[in-house]
Amino acid sequence: MGQKEAIQMKNITKRFGSTIANHNVDFEVREGEILSLLGENGSGKTTLMNMLSGIYYPDEGEIFVKGQKVLIRSPHDAFELGIGMIHQHFKLVDVFTAAENVVLGLKHKKTRKEINDSIETICKKYGFDINPNQKVYDMSVAQKQTLEIIKVLYRGADFLILDEPTAVLTPQETDKLFAVLNNMRKDGKSMIIITHKLHEVLSISDRVTILRRGEFIGTVPTTEATEQSLTEMMVGKKVELNIERPEPENSKERLIIEHLSYINEEGVKVLDDINFTAKSGEILGIAGISGCGQKELLESIAGLLHPEHGSSITYINPDKEDHISLLHMNPRRIRQMGVSMSFVPEDRLGMGLVGSMGMIGNMLLQNYAESNSFLKMKKQAKIKAVKVKDKLDVVTPGINTPVRKLSGGNVQKVLVGRELGSNPTVLMTAYAVRGLDIHTSHTIYHLLNKQKKKGTAVIFVGEDLDVLMALSDRIMVMCGGRMNGILDARTTTKEEVGLRMTKIQEDGGADHE
Amino acid sequence: MNKKEPLVRVMKRETIAGWKSWLFRAASIALALIVIAVFVFAIIGISPLNVYTLMWEGAFGNSIYFNDTLFFTAKLLCIAVALAPAFKMRFWNIGAEGQVLAGALATSLIMVYCSSLPAPLLYILMFVSAIVLSAIWGLIPAIFKAKWNVNETLFTLMMNYVAIQIVNYFYNKWRGAASALGKLNKGTKAGYLPTIFGSKEALMLLVVGVLTILMYLYLNKTKQGYEIAVVGESVNTAKYAGMDVKKVVVRTMLISGAVCGVCGFMTVAGQDHSISSASAGGYGFTSIIVAWLAKFNTMVMVLIALFVVFLEKGTNHITDAFAGFDDSASKIVIGIMLFFVIGCEFFINYKLSFFRFRKGEK
Repeated sequence: MGQKEAIQMKNITKRFGSTIANHNVDFEVREGEILSLLGENGSGKTTLMNMLSGIYYPDEGEIFVKGQKVLIRSPHDAFELGIGMIHQHFKLVDVFTAAENVVLGLKHKKTRKEINDSIETICKKYGFDINPNQKVYDMSVAQKQTLEIIKVLYRGADFLILDEPTAVLTPQETDKLFAVLNNMRKDGKSMIIITHKLHEVLSISDRVTILRRGEFIGTVPTTEATEQSLTEMMVGKKVELNIERPEPENSKERLIIEHLSYINEEGVKVLDDINFTAKSGEILGIAGISGCGQKELLESIAGLLHPEHGSSITYINPDKEDHISLLHMNPRRIRQMGVSMSFVPEDRLGMGLVGSMGMIGNMLLQNYAESNSFLKMKKQAKIKAVKVKDKLDVVTPGINTPVRKLSGGNVQKVLVGRELGSNPTVLMTAYAVRGLDIHTSHTIYHLLNKQKKKGTAVIFVGEDLDVLMALSDRIMVMCGGRMNGILDARTTTKEEVGLRMTKIQEDGGADHE
Repeated sequence: MNKKEPLVRVMKRETIAGWKSWLFRAASIALALIVIAVFVFAIIGISPLNVYTLMWEGAFGNSIYFNDTLFFTAKLLCIAVALAPAFKMRFWNIGAEGQVLAGALATSLIMVYCSSLPAPLLYILMFVSAIVLSAIWGLIPAIFKAKWNVNETLFTLMMNYVAIQIVNYFYNKWRGAASALGKLNKGTKAGYLPTIFGSKEALMLLVVGVLTILMYLYLNKTKQGYEIAVVGESVNTAKYAGMDVKKVVVRTMLISGAVCGVCGFMTVAGQDHSISSASAGGYGFTSIIVAWLAKFNTMVMVLIALFVVFLEKGTNHITDAFAGFDDSASKIVIGIMLFFVIGCEFFINYKLSFFRFRKGEK
């Protein structure tokens, strides 16, 4: 490839206090290529890219754009150099139209029509599909992402940084995005993609740069890389990448959901007549575009939301096989009735844990109320904290360090460790591996499988279809608050699941086993 | 490119050694003292040394001043202690002024209308009614917050004015034709708290001292204290853990109000033997600063309350001695001090890096 270097970063070092986020990192991206930036959580990928987009300023090192040494002091400087970043969390104004968002902050004097025309030109050129007059609140996640990319292109960016662009997309949407990226590559634009998904890295990028613990490990052409080789570079040792799926043994019904409907505070019916059963020794995967009711489903079962009348949630106690209704109970009542149910919520620090407290304080959260004493019982919590720390290799300066200060993977380990510690009969997890690197993700899969073998009924809400299909025994697909079929994970196809995520099928509620 | 590297950059500190953070705080106080000295010199022309001698005299110069300082420290501390649980729960109770007044009013009402009761019974009735009325003053906004999510900041603030007006009503009623109310039960001294160890302030110090320790234990060692911390951090987490958030909010505000009631009771029955809309003396608001500076740790509040009262009494003394130095000037002095003390937290959490210096180092 005889391409020119577009951006070069040399000997970049960035420290945060005593931690070194990037240490002497060399990085380059060429004109007209897609480069994947790969690394575990906390390996410094986002920090490095934030220095390119003007959010951070490097402590040491130099940046060259098209051979010229540059200083990037603010996002504005980055834009002037043609560098644009598409963040994981979109930065759009909901009540504005697409076009209004695109020109927000620009000082040119153009009429609405001229703006719409230029947006249309960009769309045609690269194969986007967007209506400039559509309001952002009416858009799907994929449309919002498209808008973010157009926004950057409109400002004349030649270098695009995409932070985990496929995390929120369905397989079909991902294909569409990749087609667009390919068109942009042909046009000579350079793209850097931060991602955790190795198969995407292999399918779309030209080269892969790997970081490990803030250090530059190497850059390899994608043609010479495999999932295994990339993982080894990332982790620094051999890692088993297969997700095992033991056959369910002695399956018994543990949780029966019937006609579950929920209307939220805005009056929107976010759950509409959901019916399923969770069985012991089995992992039930729940697939769906995020925001299709998965969160509400789990929170309804956990007793955090109050479903409509006519809904029914029944728990079957493994000891006596008696049926207990969980409808309209709060989490404490549920626990008091002897129901052993654990819930790993999506919002780890905002719901599952108390960020300002250490591991001990967070262990306490689960059953602090059980003792009769007026004082809190720190001793048992401390024993539990030490156990979780040792068992799951939680990296923390101490069990009293506020969990907010831990890395994402370790935060999740604390939460999962606590929830598994009570040996639940039913375990619900929502996006248990979101934002976690491949190594930690596999630790979590392994833990879930261990629970499954113990006879726990596991409900796994996920977003990565490959994982859902490899880990689950059955997959329930949700679409717009309705269930759109329960599929046998061993025989179904990714396309089938993807299709059901976006379109209600005629046989919507039917069971496909 | 003609752009220059940024001159100063702000960086977050990961950790800071304990002694170093205290060094920063001490330095900021020293700096504030210098600025205050310059300020005082600029308006009344007395030397810095005299400024601080005067302030020291005003706060600790003789036994009257000294007792006064102790009493007001205890009073300020008591209200700050009352705010601690509410603030820890992120319930912005800025109605302490009104809650203290409610307690003071209840005490006065019993003193005036039940003065013929035997002393022990009278004390108990005064104490209980003060606590109950103050707790109700705290409870009303809490219920509205819990039931309808009404903003507690505005609500508690408004409750202050209600309390002030009711107190004014009784003040005028009891004053009659006199120009000021004077002491209640002047003749019988019914309801006046006894002195212990020959000091009017000792009982107050004792009560507030015990409250400070109890509140510390309550917040740090009990399950209810734990619930307060969790609710303050995240309501969703509290619900997830099965806590009854509404109950925690209401219960905590009852406690917060009740402790304010103790302050109102002690002020009227132990010190003033009278009531006016100034019975709380603005301490309901000053205590907010004390509570924040101490990061809701009631033990640290002891020092901060003493420090704030020292500044207040000290500058008042300058005001008494020099005509050119009025009440506003003494408020400016306190403002300067607080500015430096609070501003110092920035340097504890962040450090500045000067580019030129760093290059020179290499």
